[in-house]
Amino acid sequence: MIYSEKVMEHFQNPRNVGVIKDADGVGQVGNPVCGDVMSFSIKVKDNRIKDVKFQTFGCGAAIAVSSIVSEMAMGKTLEEAMKITNESVAEELGGLPKNKLHCSNLGADALHAAIKDYQEKQKGAHKEKDEEVPAEKPAESEACRCPYCEGPLGELKDFCSACNLELEDCPECGKAKKKGAKDCPHCGATKPRI
Amino acid sequence: MKRVYLDHIASTPLHSEVFEAIVPHLKENFGNPQSLHSVGQEALKAVEEAREKVAQLIHARPSEVYFTSSGSESNNFALKGLAHAQKSRGTHIVLSAVEHQSVLHSAKSLEKLGFRTSLVPVDKFGMVNPEDVKKAITKETVLVSVMLANSEVGTVQPVEEIAGVCRKRDVLFHTDAVAAVGNIPVNVTELGVDALSLAGNQFYGPKGSAALFVKKGTRILPFIEGGIQEGGRRAGTEDVAAIVGMGKAAEIAMRDMAKRAEKERPLRDRLIQEFPRRVDHVFLTGHPEKRLPYHASFCIEFIEGEAMLLNLDMQGISASSGSACTSKALKASHVLLAMGIDHALAQGSLVFSLIEGTTTKDIDYLLEVFPPVIERLRKMSPLYTQYLEEKEK
Repeated sequence: MIYSEKVMEHFQNPRNVGVIKDADGVGQVGNPVCGDVMSFSIKVKDNRIKDVKFQTFGCGAAIAVSSIVSEMAMGKTLEEAMKITNESVAEELGGLPKNKLHCSNLGADALHAAIKDYQEKQKGAHKEKDEEVPAEKPAESEACRCPYCEGPLGELKDFCSACNLELEDCPECGKAKKKGAKDCPHCGATKPRI
Repeated sequence: MKRVYLDHIASTPLHSEVFEAIVPHLKENFGNPQSLHSVGQEALKAVEEAREKVAQLIHARPSEVYFTSSGSESNNFALKGLAHAQKSRGTHIVLSAVEHQSVLHSAKSLEKLGFRTSLVPVDKFGMVNPEDVKKAITKETVLVSVMLANSEVGTVQPVEEIAGVCRKRDVLFHTDAVAAVGNIPVNVTELGVDALSLAGNQFYGPKGSAALFVKKGTRILPFIEGGIQEGGRRAGTEDVAAIVGMGKAAEIAMRDMAKRAEKERPLRDRLIQEFPRRVDHVFLTGHPEKRLPYHASFCIEFIEGEAMLLNLDMQGISASSGSACTSKALKASHVLLAMGIDHALAQGSLVFSLIEGTTTKDIDYLLEVFPPVIERLRKMSPLYTQYLEEKEK
């Protein structure tokens, strides 16, 4: 089996599956192009997560990650829940295969998106800018993977951990290319426009 | 636990007669076929006998069969060896969009050396239109490669017609027949191909046994340089046991192929008919009739392939998927995308490929345990929830 016992246990018996009908906050991240879609809904009382449910379209790792994130978040204060990171999720699961580590990013992101949603709703009409808004998930297939080795790109869009390559956004098309490379693998631009 | 192996396309099991045939070549008959002494000559005799049987299986001459280590190697050998040998005539290659990665990636590496590649599209069944191949061929074209049967969707291509198109334009034609040889009749003369790849572990031979057919008189550059093995075109001490095993497997295939297909076809048809009746939003992928006799493939909407595979494995069923999550590159199957299937649906790809020993009970067992797995995963899927909500509106 490619997964740890803990991953398989959560995959077989996922906790907190479902949708909270009158949720206080809802968050959905990912897209089917990259593989997974995760949605979290939360109930909040006195700044604590009273209830949390998830739904996941994705692989075994994605389902196990969602399950453990929901377990880790349950009963925590919003601040504590915001501190759940992909590393802590993967660690809690007894490790994930390298090419599945991006699943742990999605789990934490989805939970954080639900919390953000709740906080936005609390703020109500006076919309304020928040510095800590989680990064928007890229919607295009190319954006999910390293354009050179096709390995998945996690949070760090400027570095591919699979082939140890530093990446930067192409000034022409905005997609990831090798840092300093003249040619963009996507749009073929040879020179940045001045 | 009941074990049901439905992953022919990954590898067939080793036939017991093949195993028996191999063992002496791992033990007492260990010689190097290139040695002058009798121990070596014994091994050489075994290799040449195997070559004859493999040649018979595809109706070729023994001298036209080059042993390699895998289907991927055969495809690399064919693409690179033929293209480079033709370079003075032109540098354009035509492939179908649904070729195996070993063909596509070989072409990619040829592009770095100055070749140009055109991909011919496929229809919704994954079928190539020979007319499209005709249109893609230019004055610069030196090689066309279209697979005989696709392992992911089972579709059998009109290779004979495509070969005819190529012959008229004096362009070499290679076909990747790894999923086909040993399972359906393949005759290189009738097909009119210049080169053809095959692999032993697709017809109950050992892994590490494969071959490339190259038509007599066709120029091909060596793939591994060194000694004089395989006519100097693929140097390296022969894997005698693997070669002997494939020879035996070829012999058995000639004897049993029709019988196997007769047994597998009705079971496959039952799966194809019955499965969509038991579960909604399930689609057959590939051609409904022109497909490998052992092959049934589907896309199951709203859920993902790897999660299904893990659940099926827990029930003792082994199958395959073309979903992004099951691939190391986390990329959805290029075959399904080329057929116009969208990313979300392609994620739900599942392939059941039958083997010789598959029984009606096995298929019934699959039909019994699979629907609850789908139901469970759909309950977990936000895409399914969204679909139900929209349906209610």
